[in-house]
Amino acid sequence: MSVRRVMGSETEYGISVPGHPNANAMLTSSQIVNAYATAMQRARRARWDFEEENPLRDARGFDLARELADTSQLTDEDSGLANVILTNGARLYVDHAHPEYSTPEVTNPRDAVIWDKAGELIMAEAARFAALVPGSLPINLYKNNTDNKGASYGSHENYLVSRSTPFADIVRHLTPFFVTRQVFAGSGRVGIGQDGRSHGFQISQRADFFEVEVGLETTLKRPIINTRDEPHADPEKHRRLHVIIGDANLAEISIFLKMGTTSLVLAMIEDRFIGADFTVDQPVRTLHEVSHDPTLKHLVKLRSGRKLTAVQLQMEYFEQARKYVEDRLGTDVDPVTQEVLDRWESVLTRLEADPMLLRRELDWVAKLELLEGYRTRDGMGWEDARLHLVDLQYSDVRPSKGLYQRLAARGRFDRLVSDEEIAAAVDLPPEDTRAYFRGRCLDKYADSVAAASWDSVIFDLPERESLQRIPTLDPLRGTRQHVEGLIDRCRTASDLVRELTGGN
Amino acid sequence: MAAKDTGGQERASRQNEEVDEEVVEQSSDLKERQAKLSEDVEDVLDEIDEVLETDAESFVRSFVQKGGQ
Repeated sequence: MSVRRVMGSETEYGISVPGHPNANAMLTSSQIVNAYATAMQRARRARWDFEEENPLRDARGFDLARELADTSQLTDEDSGLANVILTNGARLYVDHAHPEYSTPEVTNPRDAVIWDKAGELIMAEAARFAALVPGSLPINLYKNNTDNKGASYGSHENYLVSRSTPFADIVRHLTPFFVTRQVFAGSGRVGIGQDGRSHGFQISQRADFFEVEVGLETTLKRPIINTRDEPHADPEKHRRLHVIIGDANLAEISIFLKMGTTSLVLAMIEDRFIGADFTVDQPVRTLHEVSHDPTLKHLVKLRSGRKLTAVQLQMEYFEQARKYVEDRLGTDVDPVTQEVLDRWESVLTRLEADPMLLRRELDWVAKLELLEGYRTRDGMGWEDARLHLVDLQYSDVRPSKGLYQRLAARGRFDRLVSDEEIAAAVDLPPEDTRAYFRGRCLDKYADSVAAASWDSVIFDLPERESLQRIPTLDPLRGTRQHVEGLIDRCRTASDLVRELTGGN
Repeated sequence: MAAKDTGGQERASRQNEEVDEEVVEQSSDLKERQAKLSEDVEDVLDEIDEVLETDAESFVRSFVQKGGQ
């Protein structure tokens, strides 16, 4: 009935070693993940050792030489397998040839922004730690989706959806929405076509890489609607909608609207509220055409024969959503849902008037303003390498180099959340999902956690011969409200498992 | 399309100098164009000029990724 639901995002970051285009990306990605894991482990050991007041362990924990040896050893042996769970409940690992950050589960789009942005800080820190390893070359990380030479890597969203919702309804109502959502969720790209062979600017990083309407693939023949369904929750009650069509966003309002509006449209689909049929004629081709027209004038043709712009089609979805929320919640609407509605309407209205009015809110518009600035000042054509560099460097995670970050530091972006909230989310989990239990366990009982995943935490306890698995199948249990007291009073993991299993 | 050249740095500064000379030659044209830019955006571009990687062409060419999801 609202924008609230269990959701999260996963972002594969672009990775490069300047001057070494042939560097092994699996290896460098592992270096990134392991460097961060090692640094965090050291911090945790220090805390644990302090509590135990064991000077010998303390000394070992701070033994820099040993830690560094661990890092390179891990890199050699576990290349491609690096995979850690963080105290904020997130997962940091190597997927294909990219370091990937998956946010912990959150319950609303505002928290999605906070933990997604925390991932940028984590990647920047990871690269900084990796560079401290003697003999290593600096590694750059980019929160983007293409190298403009034919390769694309994803930033996915996940939404928990009611199992009883027919998948055909999801495909029917979500496809037109996804084809046009890029008008606020696009990150902007210099280059047209998968390998960027044509010159020009387009709204979306990802659009040109989508080739079919529905499918299971994520790495080739990418579909607008992905059918992967591992719910990481009770499969009788839920499916996990795995959305692969989005761009990696840096602007907070782009992230917020991308996830907030999608969640709201899903709520309407679950409640069978959408009466109209917005089925688009040739959705894949239309997706590309909308992306290729930053003036937003392109007319989308519906199967009904109706023609309207992408912004107008979004406005249709907005109108449905406004009625839906009014009908179901009236004045009881929660503030985050209200904010999604208000911003959605405001952004669409201004996009219709003049897209450049959104320069303080949306990635693609902010990027386009920079690019047009260069074109005007220096007379550059779209083929100019410096424009491609501006596109790439917009997403550099380093505060000193990332152009998004430079613009944000100058106050050129409207913000939704504070720097303090993002910084806190680097270490702390959300409080209203099972990520709280996972994150707290990783923080407090690090040495006893053998493994953790979305739906379990596995303990290795000194007094037990077998590993002890604590399932966390319900994403909305294991919250602060449920387990804070328990974790606070259990000094060791053994205490915790004993209480949870009722054993002795 | 992996770029083979790795010594981009020196060439970078040479290329930049060439670009600068061209810009000076076109200065009247440039003034007209700049007049259209708001001071605000000009300031931003000046700041970005400072942080952009040197040798754009080589840098962009060598950003080669393996495909992901």
